[in-house]
Amino acid sequence: MNIIVCVKHVPETAEAELKIDASGKGIEKTGLVYDINEWDDYALEEAVRIKEKVGGTVTAITVGPSDADSTLRKCLARGADSAIRLTDPKFEGSDAYAIAKILHSVIKNMQYDLILTGLQAGDDGYAAVSQILAEMLGIPHATMVKKLELDNGSAKVNRELEGGLEEVLEIKLPALFAVSTGINEPRYVSIMGIRKAMQKEIKVLGLADTGLTEADVGEQGSWLKIEKLYVPPVEKQAELIKGSPEEVAEKIAEILKARGLI
Amino acid sequence: MVEIFVLTEHRQGQIRDITFEMLTKAHEIAGNTNAETTALILGKDVKDKAAALTEYAQKVILIEDQKLENFNSEFYQKVLTQLIKEHKPILTMIGHTSYGIELTPRLAAALNTPLATDCIDVNLENKTLHVTRQMYGGKVNVNAVLTQAESYMVTIRQAAFTAQKPQPPVNGQIIEKPSPLTEEPATKRFVQYVLPPPGGIDITAAEKLVSIGRGIKDQANMPIIEELANAIGAAIGCSRPIVDKGWLPNDRQVGSSGKTVKPKLYIAIGISGAFQHVLGMKNSDLIIAINKDPNAPIFNFSDYGIVDDLFKIVPVLKDKISELKS
Repeated sequence: MNIIVCVKHVPETAEAELKIDASGKGIEKTGLVYDINEWDDYALEEAVRIKEKVGGTVTAITVGPSDADSTLRKCLARGADSAIRLTDPKFEGSDAYAIAKILHSVIKNMQYDLILTGLQAGDDGYAAVSQILAEMLGIPHATMVKKLELDNGSAKVNRELEGGLEEVLEIKLPALFAVSTGINEPRYVSIMGIRKAMQKEIKVLGLADTGLTEADVGEQGSWLKIEKLYVPPVEKQAELIKGSPEEVAEKIAEILKARGLI
Repeated sequence: MVEIFVLTEHRQGQIRDITFEMLTKAHEIAGNTNAETTALILGKDVKDKAAALTEYAQKVILIEDQKLENFNSEFYQKVLTQLIKEHKPILTMIGHTSYGIELTPRLAAALNTPLATDCIDVNLENKTLHVTRQMYGGKVNVNAVLTQAESYMVTIRQAAFTAQKPQPPVNGQIIEKPSPLTEEPATKRFVQYVLPPPGGIDITAAEKLVSIGRGIKDQANMPIIEELANAIGAAIGCSRPIVDKGWLPNDRQVGSSGKTVKPKLYIAIGISGAFQHVLGMKNSDLIIAINKDPNAPIFNFSDYGIVDDLFKIVPVLKDKISELKS
């Protein structure tokens, strides 16, 4: 089973304080820690688990700057056999559609049985690249995959619906699956794995290698153009309780008591 | 007449709320742009459902087929491709839900129609589509514009708009169309629905909830939360990362892919407040959030906020509450 995993190198922002940059179209990147996109981490783990079970290869592929090598190295250390980075200054400003075109230009010439991706990226949150890529490749797809079982040329997947409900679908291979977090438990990288990964080569391709033109990529080749970033307006601002932990705890306890909650 | 399409989302005999939320927004846009709203409903035996849509849309296009009994994006794509090519709507609105995510980007690519996903606002001005969406888990809003086209597509976030029946009533007309689906075999087949087995605790029935998120860092830190919950007499809920890590069973998850709760007290500890979580708890009577990031979106939905390290606050809070009770 030959598996391609699409990954993205993104800043960790869940617990970071974000500032909008001077252009007004991005965030200040200094001080942010970058890592593999959380959803893609699960996609990679799923790919490696399948390879360990049935054999084959895992290729990690990303669109991003040279810094993204650290994410690809992580993939190689976790069990990917090869890695491809698609890098070109012209790719900047690409939305989901343009990214799908870039990935498609390379993947269409590769041999694969399965493509795995994360459902979405933690930065722009489009949740769209995979489905567009599947359409371009002409293969079936499923998103929000919480469970994946392969069986003789087809796959049985559980998709997450709202409210804890799931649906089971049967899909013919080759296919693309965009996985949800929690589909597995991603492994820690061993020191051995990291050492080995440092020796593996990362193949780097640019716009000229993709067969696409400048008009296909970046802002020009995108459906969506960002005009302005801003801090979301507040719907209901919490009344902040300030002070030492003792003072804060005292105030909360009093609020709860006054409302008959304790 | 220029049309705005709204795809009806329904499952197991129920039209989902997102449909009426989108229809309300579509009606507003249509009013400003001299367009009309057309609701699309695809399914099997859904005529009675179509009637409910006539209160919101000028036209309801109904297509029935055995194959449309359960949602299948492959069949939906075929039907919608034909309808969109035929009607050329200026805008097609679909929910940013499990169904909409599966269907829409691929449909947009097939039709080469510019798409913006997960929108929280949409505006059509001089045939240009402006949208508002979010990035970085809801910490930043983005105004964006779609590349100029004859037809646009958006997916709309759940609860971004409040459903409201148009006044005066629209009394839309139901138009039944034949299904374009053929006997051609599908690459995707619906098998069944699965509901995970219920666990020990029903958090939707709890009057008080202490809910934890990524901020608790390690499973080893669970005891301080359990002690606080015990002191208050609350059940423990959580946001998605805690279930993904296997620290709590999935029936404790609050949010769009978990449970919707409305307790008298909801204490959110180390939860940043991504919209998926907020959808499941924002109607709680009293919400108190503890998070060290002053810009965490959770503070925009809470009554009281504490910007501090949860590990400093939680143990002291437990002691104070125990003191006050005794």
